[in-house]
Amino acid sequence: MLDIQNLRVSHGPIEAVHGISLQVGAGQCVVLLGPNGAGKTSTISAICGVAQATGVIRLEGDDLTRVSVEDRIQRGIAVSPEGRRIFSNLSVEANLRIGGGIRANKGAVQDDIDRWFETFPILGERRNQPGGTLSGGEQQMLAIARALMSKPKILLLDEPSLGLAPRIVAQVFELIAQLRADGMTILLVEQNARQALRISDYAYLLNNGQVQAEGTNETLGGSENMMANLTGLG
Amino acid sequence: MEYVAQQIINALSFGAEYALLALGLAIVFSVMGLVNFAHGEVIAVGGYTMVAFAALVTANPWIIVIGAIAAATLTSVALERVAFRPVRYADPTTGLLTAFGVSIVLQNLFLLFISPRPIAVTSLYFLDAPVTVFGIQISSLQIFESITILVVIMGLVLFLQKTTAGLAMRAASLDFEMVRLTGIRANRVFALAFLISGLLAGLACIFIMARRGSVDPHFGFNPVLKAFVACVVGGFGSLPGAVLGGFLLGAIEVGMLVMLPQEYGGLKDAFVFGIIALVLIWRPDGILSPAKEKGDKL
Repeated sequence: MLDIQNLRVSHGPIEAVHGISLQVGAGQCVVLLGPNGAGKTSTISAICGVAQATGVIRLEGDDLTRVSVEDRIQRGIAVSPEGRRIFSNLSVEANLRIGGGIRANKGAVQDDIDRWFETFPILGERRNQPGGTLSGGEQQMLAIARALMSKPKILLLDEPSLGLAPRIVAQVFELIAQLRADGMTILLVEQNARQALRISDYAYLLNNGQVQAEGTNETLGGSENMMANLTGLG
Repeated sequence: MEYVAQQIINALSFGAEYALLALGLAIVFSVMGLVNFAHGEVIAVGGYTMVAFAALVTANPWIIVIGAIAAATLTSVALERVAFRPVRYADPTTGLLTAFGVSIVLQNLFLLFISPRPIAVTSLYFLDAPVTVFGIQISSLQIFESITILVVIMGLVLFLQKTTAGLAMRAASLDFEMVRLTGIRANRVFALAFLISGLLAGLACIFIMARRGSVDPHFGFNPVLKAFVACVVGGFGSLPGAVLGGFLLGAIEVGMLVMLPQEYGGLKDAFVFGIIALVLIWRPDGILSPAKEKGDKL
């Protein structure tokens, strides 16, 4: 589904990612682990096209390197970004409508919005409230729902558990596990290594802009010491 | 009593005109953080279109009016495409300088290819007929202005709250990159902002022409200055702020005209700006400045 080769990402003069390669297969949930500054968010930004990058990014075989941000989304990438970035001045419902803004069938968009309000009744209750009045956990659910409104082929989740209470983190991971069970392809960025590994098919360990290790839950989970060294979370 | 009522209506109609002008600036600023000082020249293009239509095409004032609105709208969209799109993601100062540059270039084009002198258009004087409402003499122009701003505000509110494009514009004022990350095309959002801005400039142009009756190369300077002041007072980037700022500016101006003794008449603007300075001491970001992001930014 998503194939990245030798990706380098720079922020101005500073290179944050020094040539990494990773693959996400259709229906897989792949997790990018690593400490702060490892280059996880830079990688996500490069996949979306908002960061300056070289290398090859392919979605279903199509080279995205020269494709604009908007076209990447229209071709099937969706993102729930770091910090959630809810449109706090717009209602919860309007946030979802913008998420489905690229779809032609507005009736189907409305149906999907109603379905999300059934899945998360708390969002339904607050459908007319500004998004900025939601709690962090509710905003995270809204950010994921907003991303999925575009009917993507692959969902990028950048630190969905960041800054949330443990009980809410569990809910977020439950949602991700549910999406994976429903067949959604997911690239998940996390610092919360244990929980992320539990719901993922494959993991890449990033440090200082390079892939330090990769493998399945079993192979990586076994080397607890290495995890601890790299992430401080093992 | 009648005098007071008349002055209130004066203040409202000036305010409506300023609000119309300020909205044109605010809608572009809210989306791309650009103070478009070339907005005045867009208005002037509308004025010159009236001249051209009246001289070459028709005497029918409605066709002239529609031509002016269309010309202003097209000019605004064209300026976005040619001048502002290349500097879209540049430093805000670059955008500001670009706007000044565009403004100067257009003024010089008017000077070179049209005329440095004012050119009169008389076909809109019919808009400015005296009417008596409840025993108060007012100008029909004031009624038209008030109705226009009401329709514009209602139209904008509906557009910004009910349509996906409108929602995207409001979202863009907060986090443009995130709007792009939902796949909504930045080019369309920008073009739409300039289209609406041009439409508002065209409407404003009609009222200014109906009052002044002539257009010259510096036609746009005063309107854009008023619009800028109204935006600053109301809170730059806030559309309700632009409307409020416009009406407040109208009220202060008429209030100063009425209250200042004859011999201080020349100091009107000094007093107006003095009051505005006081407002800004009270609210440095403008009265309805858009709330700063207090959300969950990590």
